[in-house]
Amino acid sequence: MQNLQRALEAEWMAPHELRRPYKRPAISDQQRRRDIELLRQSQQRSDSQNRARRLASSILSLPDHASPDTAHIDLPDVLDDDYDLVLEQSPELRDASPTARDLDVVQASKLKGSAARHWFARQLMLPEWMIDVPPNLDRDWPAGKRCFVVSSNGSTVSRLRNGSVLHHFPSFLPNGARNKDISAPSHVYCILDCIYHEFDQTYYVIDMVCWRGYSLYNCSAEFRFFWLNSKLSESGACNPPSTYHRYRFSVVPICDCNQIGLHKAYTGSFTFVKDGLLFYNRHAHYQTGNTPLALVWKDDLCSQYVLDTDSKGHVPAQQQVVLELQEDGNLMTSDDHPIVLGFLERDFLQKSGLQAGNLLRFSVIDECVKIVDGKLELGDLQYIGKANRARAFADSYSKVFFQYTARHSPLRFHDLIAFLNPNYHENAENNDIEMIG
Amino acid sequence: MAVEITQILLNAQSIDAATRKHAEESLKQFQDQNFPSFLLSLSGELANNEKPVDSRKLAGLILKNTLDAKELHRKNELAQRWLSLDASVKAQVKGCMLQTLSSPVSDARSTASQVIAKIAGIELPQKQWPELIGILLSNIHQLQSHVKQATLETLGYLCEEVSPEVADQDQVNKILTAVVQGMNASEGNNDVRLAATRALYNALGFAQANFSNDMERDYIMRVVCEATMSPEVKIRQAAFECLVAISTTYYDKLASYMQDIFSITAKAVREDEEPVALQAIEFWSSICDEEIDILDEYGSDFTADSDIPCFYFIKQALPALVPMLLETLLKQEEGQDQDEGAWNIAMAGGTCLGLVARTVSDDIVPLVMPFIEENITKPDWRQREAATYAFGSILEGPSAEKLSPIVNVALNFMLTALMKDPNDHVKDTTAWTLGRIFEFMHGSNVETPVITRENCHQILTVLLQSMKDVPNVAEKACGALYFLVQGYEDAGSASPLSPFFHDIIQALLSVTHRDDAGESRLRTAAYESLNEVVRCSTEETAPTVMQLVPVIMMELHQTLEAQKLSMDEREKQNELQGLLCGCLQVIIQKLGSAESTKYAFMQYADQLMDLFLRVFACRNNATVHEEAMLAIGALAYAAGQNFVKYMQGFYPYLEMGLQNFEEYQVCAITVGVVGDICRALEEKILPFCDGVMTHLLKNLSSNLLHRSVKPPIFSCFGDIALAIGENFEKYLIYAMPMLQSAAELSAHAVTVDDEMLEYTNQLRNGILEAYSGIFQGFKNSPKTQLLMPFAPHILQFLDSLYNEKDMDDVVMKAAIGVLGDLADTLGTNAGPLINQSISSKDFLEECLSSDDHLIKESAEWAKLAVTRAISG
Repeated sequence: MQNLQRALEAEWMAPHELRRPYKRPAISDQQRRRDIELLRQSQQRSDSQNRARRLASSILSLPDHASPDTAHIDLPDVLDDDYDLVLEQSPELRDASPTARDLDVVQASKLKGSAARHWFARQLMLPEWMIDVPPNLDRDWPAGKRCFVVSSNGSTVSRLRNGSVLHHFPSFLPNGARNKDISAPSHVYCILDCIYHEFDQTYYVIDMVCWRGYSLYNCSAEFRFFWLNSKLSESGACNPPSTYHRYRFSVVPICDCNQIGLHKAYTGSFTFVKDGLLFYNRHAHYQTGNTPLALVWKDDLCSQYVLDTDSKGHVPAQQQVVLELQEDGNLMTSDDHPIVLGFLERDFLQKSGLQAGNLLRFSVIDECVKIVDGKLELGDLQYIGKANRARAFADSYSKVFFQYTARHSPLRFHDLIAFLNPNYHENAENNDIEMIG
Repeated sequence: MAVEITQILLNAQSIDAATRKHAEESLKQFQDQNFPSFLLSLSGELANNEKPVDSRKLAGLILKNTLDAKELHRKNELAQRWLSLDASVKAQVKGCMLQTLSSPVSDARSTASQVIAKIAGIELPQKQWPELIGILLSNIHQLQSHVKQATLETLGYLCEEVSPEVADQDQVNKILTAVVQGMNASEGNNDVRLAATRALYNALGFAQANFSNDMERDYIMRVVCEATMSPEVKIRQAAFECLVAISTTYYDKLASYMQDIFSITAKAVREDEEPVALQAIEFWSSICDEEIDILDEYGSDFTADSDIPCFYFIKQALPALVPMLLETLLKQEEGQDQDEGAWNIAMAGGTCLGLVARTVSDDIVPLVMPFIEENITKPDWRQREAATYAFGSILEGPSAEKLSPIVNVALNFMLTALMKDPNDHVKDTTAWTLGRIFEFMHGSNVETPVITRENCHQILTVLLQSMKDVPNVAEKACGALYFLVQGYEDAGSASPLSPFFHDIIQALLSVTHRDDAGESRLRTAAYESLNEVVRCSTEETAPTVMQLVPVIMMELHQTLEAQKLSMDEREKQNELQGLLCGCLQVIIQKLGSAESTKYAFMQYADQLMDLFLRVFACRNNATVHEEAMLAIGALAYAAGQNFVKYMQGFYPYLEMGLQNFEEYQVCAITVGVVGDICRALEEKILPFCDGVMTHLLKNLSSNLLHRSVKPPIFSCFGDIALAIGENFEKYLIYAMPMLQSAAELSAHAVTVDDEMLEYTNQLRNGILEAYSGIFQGFKNSPKTQLLMPFAPHILQFLDSLYNEKDMDDVVMKAAIGVLGDLADTLGTNAGPLINQSISSKDFLEECLSSDDHLIKESAEWAKLAVTRAISG
């Protein structure tokens, strides 16, 4: 009741308020502060959700490409450490193209010159080398040149692993040629992960990164292969060469990863020269850089090049490795978590004039190599020289390990088969039970 | 049963505080002890013509307050209490009120009419008191004009209380007929005519059908227009108020009257008394509002419900309207810039001119330029000010191509005027106009910017100088600086402001320390500009921002040291603390989010947190609380897991915030901060979860808490679940049923208007975010099966959202995400359930082909998860 007095004073039929804001901005700074905070919160909630979803589907890390229509606000970089790994570039690359880091595929398809070379070099999913039997397996691997094929603006360009252009040509891929019949809206583009097979002048498509501007980065391998099979033939890209279609495209045969499939892949004859088997985790999303979710395995039956060859095609007497030199003299692999496999003394660095970021070739001295807790340690290395200029990366740890074991105690085909044998599983489980009992 | 209470009611208005207090207590006691008798006594008092008018008025007021309250929950309680009363009591009260309508005492009649409207507001929707409108209408035909007047007033209040759906068309027709007849010029009694005109204002919402009928609409409009020319000023004002209301409610029905309305309003603006002239200008402002909205909708998305076409009234009236408005600009009041509450014809006219510019864009420029050119150099300050105000007003709306040649010429003139004009009023408007130039003609998205690297330095020098001028001018200069800085937000290290960054900050800090900074909102403006300077700082200028941290912290520290403050000083201290916390919040966001500054900045975290806790400990107003809370949210984000060391000290204030129902914005912001802390601490928040969850659950089930806080509370469940994973198990039995019933309500909510739909969608989004967080939190835990029993209902919820077809894009994205989360977490166990749902088929398909990137992304994820769950 204490407000009786005040209530009585108030006029019961007040005139209708008509005052409007005068010489004041429409939104107060306080309101802006509140809105920015709320926006930050909802943005972060959505980031946590996405992170949880990616983790949940057993994907270790995914490229977090910003969508072109995502509002760009002045907010903190929300990526956590795991994500940074994906985007992290070698210092050399970062210096070369400071902007390349933030590009999405749409922007990247428009890149020219060295910026394009660097961006594409980072984008291929590089299989790790199989040094142990993985739980899931899948398909074939033609010998040839691994490259990215991008169709956009009425032409098609293929770029090698190091980012340099292989071919510039017309194709039936969407927006891949200046031809009325297949012309698509100008913003449409495609990115395919291919092997160019010189012998039959064919691009074997091993993965689809982007189709008609639709990014498949976040889709599982299973879904991508399904999409690849249906869309590629629809487009006419599998047709024989013609004026507007200089090279044929073909889908690499995909076999289910069971004993029959694996045998077919291993012993079957294909139109291309095999260079090992490539295993995909069927739930893996497309991932840039080295990934344990795609594995390459070869032996001397399914590949001419089990052991690395030099530029003349000879297998050197000693295993050779290419490592990246760091500021502190450490020699690193190209993995997302680089591994130090060697070290160069300061004196040597000064004398040789080598700089951080250089890719250097070394011979492995077998007597110095140790395997400690399942990890490879190379010990002393013998310096040969700078690596071929065309190389964009050092070797990955798994490749070095594979090459080492291929020379000493290779993982055999029957090991893979044994793993797929249901009895093998049972035995393993029984053993476990007995051991516990 | 009625008791004599005249003396108590008179005592309750006594000048003597003790008498008053005693009387109020007696009344309270009476009400508590015997409510029906209390009501009968009050209504008897009001109805009794023998009683003094003061006791009758208060009796009526108390009666009215037993029937209605502002706060929704209380309002419902009071309505229920009235409805549950004995029928005879209610009948007696109503009888007394109707009887009072014919009292010779006008205050008693007016009071009774409001009580009747309140009772009608409760009973008519329940189909009770059906005879009321009939009784009132029969009163109209009485000869006594004071009864007629009271009855019309009652009908007006009644239309305000009751929603149009409650009355049937026949009753509406009768009410409108009575009201419009009462307004007619043939009505000789001015009191009756005024009451009728005011009643029409409230009854307009009932007149949908009548406004669609040409003859009836013509009649109503004729009567309203005639009333605008009544000899009685109050009637003219009320009639113009009706025109303003008609302009928004029946915009699309006005075409044939606009010619006449223009003549009427022009005459009123030029000749009538100010209250009438202000309403006449308001009519045109509100037509602008309508057309701006319609044209906006045209521009954005033609598929939207733009069922009302634009009639381009403003464009047609332009040649006559603009000169009329320009004339008003010369009628300034001395000192209006120092008076916060001022509102006069010059201000209203300039504001309307600005709206006209936004409505017609380029077309306004040639009509205003001659006025500006003619007046801007005149010796009379009124002419210079009017010209400048006109210029500032038309800067929003016309294209940059049209404006930039003019602004390029005017800019130097304005800068000189800000320095040299002898009149403060002119300088005030000049600084404001400069601010508008920077706001609309400068920035990375403006193709022909008028600010160049060359003139930027000169502009800055003038603004910093002007910040030392009298408070109202300095305040406008700070505002102009705000937009100058904002325009360089994307300029990065190339920003031409970088070399002056330090000087700008120093100048702003000195403004905050001016003795007269409390006048004209100057201190607030200076801090707001400082905030913008911080937001737009670059990597290069970050060190200067870093130096600002201890300075602002010291300022905040000093406000906390001040003791024994008077009420007035305390209020000022509160305001300052709010500004300082706001500034720190912006700094935390800026420095805490960039890797390059984060580490160095976090060294201040302990001290900052300590200061914020001390701010909480003071008895502060809501704004300070809110600002400090937001700052802590930003700090938690920057600190990550390290924030855990502050939790012990902070937790009591977190709880306090969650319980602040009255200042619900504080509660809402605290809920948001809980989310921040969840993301920062992850599982380390576990020890605090019991407390937090208890408060959140209580808040959800409370009717006292503002509804806008409920969606964020649901989202917060998701944040907590995601942070603590399967530990959320123990909250499932409380949270899930709440989510379920809220989901049911929100899925089939009857959304009568856009506002309701927006709220419903916010609620849905909150619920869906909760489900997402819970599913993701339980993923990969052995306890996922605990969620299985909830799956059927959640899928049903998604299906019904899809079927209702009224969700927005945000909800769609969240909903399809939940489908994925459910499938991902429950896996093949939920396969058959998922397979049966529409969501996994039609809904998912629709989302996969959505144009919205975010929806599509969520849908792709859902497709993966669903495929895996179904195929095994």
